[in-house]
Amino acid sequence: MLPRISISIFSVARVPSRTIRRRLVVGQRLTSFMSERTYRTTALRRNVSDEGRAMMQEPREEDEADVVIVGGGPAGLAAAIRLKQLEQEHGKEIRVVLLEKASDMGNHTLSGAVLEPRALKELLPDWLEDPPSPLTPVKSDKMRFLTEKYSIPLPAPPQMHNSGNYIVSLSEVVKWLAAKAEELGVEVYSGFSVNELLYDQGGAVAGIATNDMGISRAGAPKDNFQRGMEFRAKVTLLAEGCHGSLTKGVIKKYDLRRGKDAQTYGIGLKEVWEVPEEDWHEGEVVHTMGWPLSSNVYGGGFMYHFGERLVSVGLVVGLDYANPWISPFREFQRMKHHPVYSSVLKNGKCISYGARALNEGGLQSVPQLIFPGGALIGCSAGFMNVPKIKGTHTAMKSGMLAAESAYAAITSGTTNESAVALYDYEDNFKKSWVYDELNEVRNVRPSFHSSLGLYGGILYSGLDTLLLKGRVPWTFHHKASDASVTQPADKFKPIEYPKPDGKLSFDLLTSVARTGTMHDEDEPVHLQVKDLDAHTIASYPKYKGIENRFCPAGVYEYIPDETKPEGVRFQINSQNCIHCKTCDIKVPTQDINWACPEGGDGPKYMLT
Amino acid sequence: MPPRLNIVVPIKRVIDFAIKPRISAAKNAIETNGVKFSMNPFCEIAIEEAVRLRESSKDLVESITLVSAGSAKIQDTLRAGLALGADKATLIDIPAIDDSKSLELEPLAVAKLLKAFVEKSNANLVIMGKQAIDDDSNQTGQMLAGLLNWSQATNASKVTVDEASGVVTVAREVDGGTETVSAPLPLVITTDLRLNTPRYTKLQDIMKAKKKKTEKITPEDLGVDVTSRLEIVSLSEPPKRTGGGKADSVDALIGKLKGVGAI
Repeated sequence: MLPRISISIFSVARVPSRTIRRRLVVGQRLTSFMSERTYRTTALRRNVSDEGRAMMQEPREEDEADVVIVGGGPAGLAAAIRLKQLEQEHGKEIRVVLLEKASDMGNHTLSGAVLEPRALKELLPDWLEDPPSPLTPVKSDKMRFLTEKYSIPLPAPPQMHNSGNYIVSLSEVVKWLAAKAEELGVEVYSGFSVNELLYDQGGAVAGIATNDMGISRAGAPKDNFQRGMEFRAKVTLLAEGCHGSLTKGVIKKYDLRRGKDAQTYGIGLKEVWEVPEEDWHEGEVVHTMGWPLSSNVYGGGFMYHFGERLVSVGLVVGLDYANPWISPFREFQRMKHHPVYSSVLKNGKCISYGARALNEGGLQSVPQLIFPGGALIGCSAGFMNVPKIKGTHTAMKSGMLAAESAYAAITSGTTNESAVALYDYEDNFKKSWVYDELNEVRNVRPSFHSSLGLYGGILYSGLDTLLLKGRVPWTFHHKASDASVTQPADKFKPIEYPKPDGKLSFDLLTSVARTGTMHDEDEPVHLQVKDLDAHTIASYPKYKGIENRFCPAGVYEYIPDETKPEGVRFQINSQNCIHCKTCDIKVPTQDINWACPEGGDGPKYMLT
Repeated sequence: MPPRLNIVVPIKRVIDFAIKPRISAAKNAIETNGVKFSMNPFCEIAIEEAVRLRESSKDLVESITLVSAGSAKIQDTLRAGLALGADKATLIDIPAIDDSKSLELEPLAVAKLLKAFVEKSNANLVIMGKQAIDDDSNQTGQMLAGLLNWSQATNASKVTVDEASGVVTVAREVDGGTETVSAPLPLVITTDLRLNTPRYTKLQDIMKAKKKKTEKITPEDLGVDVTSRLEIVSLSEPPKRTGGGKADSVDALIGKLKGVGAI
C-alpha cells in the first residue's frame, strides 16, 4: 500500500518577480486598513496609577539609522559586516545599528555545531588568519542506528560528509563576529530587546522601539523605570532566529506565508562536557538515529569532540510528534546512557546545558522574505538544511544578500519617496547557492511524515540523497503545523522515563542552573497567556500537562489546587525561561505568546 | 564654600553573578574560557551612589572617575560604567592579569595602586564595592583607607552628605543591626547591597559613553610593585551535599549526634 503523501507537481518553479511586486502593493493597501500598532507590548493593567500610565506613555527619544538589525546571531552580524564592507568599497557612508536581547553577544546562541565555512569564506576571506576559538577541523564522521543496547553503522549520505568543516562553539563564533563588526564601525548594542516595530503612514515598517525597562510584575513602573528608545530606519532586518517574536507578527501582518507551507520545527537540546584525555577523540563527529526515539518521532542525536577535551552532545526532536507524553528533555537524558554516548561521557563532567527550537520546514516553508521597509534573514525566515543539520552557513549568506540589496537601495537616493522594498534580495536568494542547496534536499524531511514514519523516511532519504538529489518533479509538503498534529493524551500510555543518575543524566532543575538564566523576580511574565484558567480547561484534560514536558527549562507547571475546576492550576515560572520558543510553537491550544522580556534577561550560555 | 566632591570609584570585572563558577581540571584554576564576565554588582551600586550624589545637588560633585586594574578586556566594563554616568575612566594596565588570573592580584596590591591613583587625582571621596563576588575578601576598602590615612565607613546602606560642613553620615550594616557613623572628608565608603538599586543603562548613554575619555597607565607609573606575595595552594569545589537522615525518637537523635561527635 503506497504511503499517502501530498504531491504538488512543478510547485517549485521560479516565481517571476512581477508577481512579488504585485503582492507587495496589495500588502500595502491592506495594511492601511489595519491598525498602526498590532503588537503586544506590556499590557497596561487596570491597577496602574495615572502617574504610572503617564510615565509609560511618555514620548520616547528618537534616533535615526540607515539600517537597524534586530538580533545579533550569525545572520544579523553577517549582514552588518557586509553593509560596512560595502561602505568601505563604495564610499557612501551608512549608519548600521544592531540590537541584541542577550546581555552579551553570544549569550543566547546555541547550536551543535559543525560549521560549513562557505559563507564565512565569502564574507571574510582571511578569517583563518585570526580565527574564532575553539576551532576543530572535522577528522572523522560516523552515523549509527541505535537500538536500546546496540548500534548499527549506517552509511552517511554525501551531504553529511564533513571534510572541510569545523566543529565550533557557535556562541564563541558569534562573539568573534561581533568583534569584527564593531571594528568595521557597526554599532552593536547588547542587552536591549525589541517588541515593537514602528510604522509609517502607508503601513510600511519604519524602524523599531526598544523595550521599556523597570516594569513590575503588575505592569506598573518601578523606581528604576526607563522608557525605551526609537530608531527610525530606512531598512529594518529581522534576524531573531528560529520563530522570532517580531517575525511572527510581520508574517501575519503582511501575509508572508501565502502560498507557502507552514513552518515545521524541531527542538535541539545539548550539553557541553569536559572528558578525560583517554575518552576524547579530537575532531570526531557522531550522528545517531533510532533509540531512544520511537519510529514515529523524527530526530537524532549528535556528539562532537572539539576544543580541549570538550564534547558537545545533544538530541534534536521533531516537534511534529503526536504523543503528548513525550518529553524531549528526558529523551535526551536517557539517550546518554547508550554505550555509544556513555563510553565517552562516563568519567566526564557536564559544564553547560541549553536548548533552542530550530527550523525543519526547508524550502517549502520559506516565506516571502521582504516586506515594505525590511526583510527577514537567517532562521527568522528558515534556511536550515535539515539532512545536513546545518543552517549557519545559509543564514549568514542570506544576511549578506539582504545587506547587498539594502545598501544598493539606500545609496540609490530614492528612499525618501517611498518605503524600501528589497526586491533584489528576494531575487538573488532564488539565484543563490542557498536556494540550490535547499531545493536539492527539499523532499528529505517531509518524507518522514508518511505512515511509514522513520523507516519510510530513511528509505526515501537514502534514495533521494544518494541518487535523485532532488531532481524530481514532485515536492512533498508539510500539511499541518506542529501544534495541530498533537493527539490527546488518552490515545497513548504515559512514558516511564528512567530517573536521572546524577552522573550521566540529570534532573531538569540542575540542568537549568547550568544555563545561567536570569529574569528579574519583579518583571511582567513574558510568556503571555490571556487567561490561565481558560487555558487549563482547554489544555489539561486533553493533553495532561504537555507544557510541562515540552519545555526544556521547567517553566510550566500544573500545581494541584482543590479550588480549581480541573483540580490543578497552571503556573508559569517565567524566570527559568531559556528563550527556546518551543512553547509558542508546540502548545496545542496555541495560546502562549512568547514576547521578549527586558533586555539582558535570559540564559548566559557557555561554549554552546 | 561647600566642598566639591571629587569621587573615585574603583571597579572590578568578575564572572557574572548568574554563572556557576567551575574549576578547570587541567589548570587547577577557575575556568574562564567562554564564561561571561560583568561588573561586580557592588561596584555598580558604588557608581549609582556617586551619580545619585551628583543628581541630589547641583555643583556638589565635581567629577566621577572610574579606575580598574588588569588586562585590556576591562575596557568594556569601564565603558559600561561610563554609560551609567561616570565622567572618565582609567585602566591600570597589567597584561599578565587576564581573566583567568584575577585571583593573583591581591587586595593589598590593589589598595596600594588605588592609594597612588587617588593621590594623583586629588580625590576626596572614594566609593567602592565592599567586596568582589569572586574572592569575597572585603579587605581592599579598609586597606586603602589605612594607607591613605583617611576615615572609612564600610558596608554602607545609606549615605548622606552635609554640604555645608562637608561631614558625611553613613549608616553601616553590622551583625545585629545598623550602626551610624559620621566623618569629615576625605573618606572611603564601601557599598553594601541595600544602599541602592542601580539604574538600567539607557541606550543613548551607551552611545554617549563611546565619546568619553578613557586613559591607560601602568603600575610603574604609579610606582607600585604588584607582585603577589600570596600563593594559591589549592582550589577545590565545595564537597557535594550528601543526604540527611531522620531520627525517629529522641534517644535515636542523641545516639546519632554522639555518633558524629557533636555532643
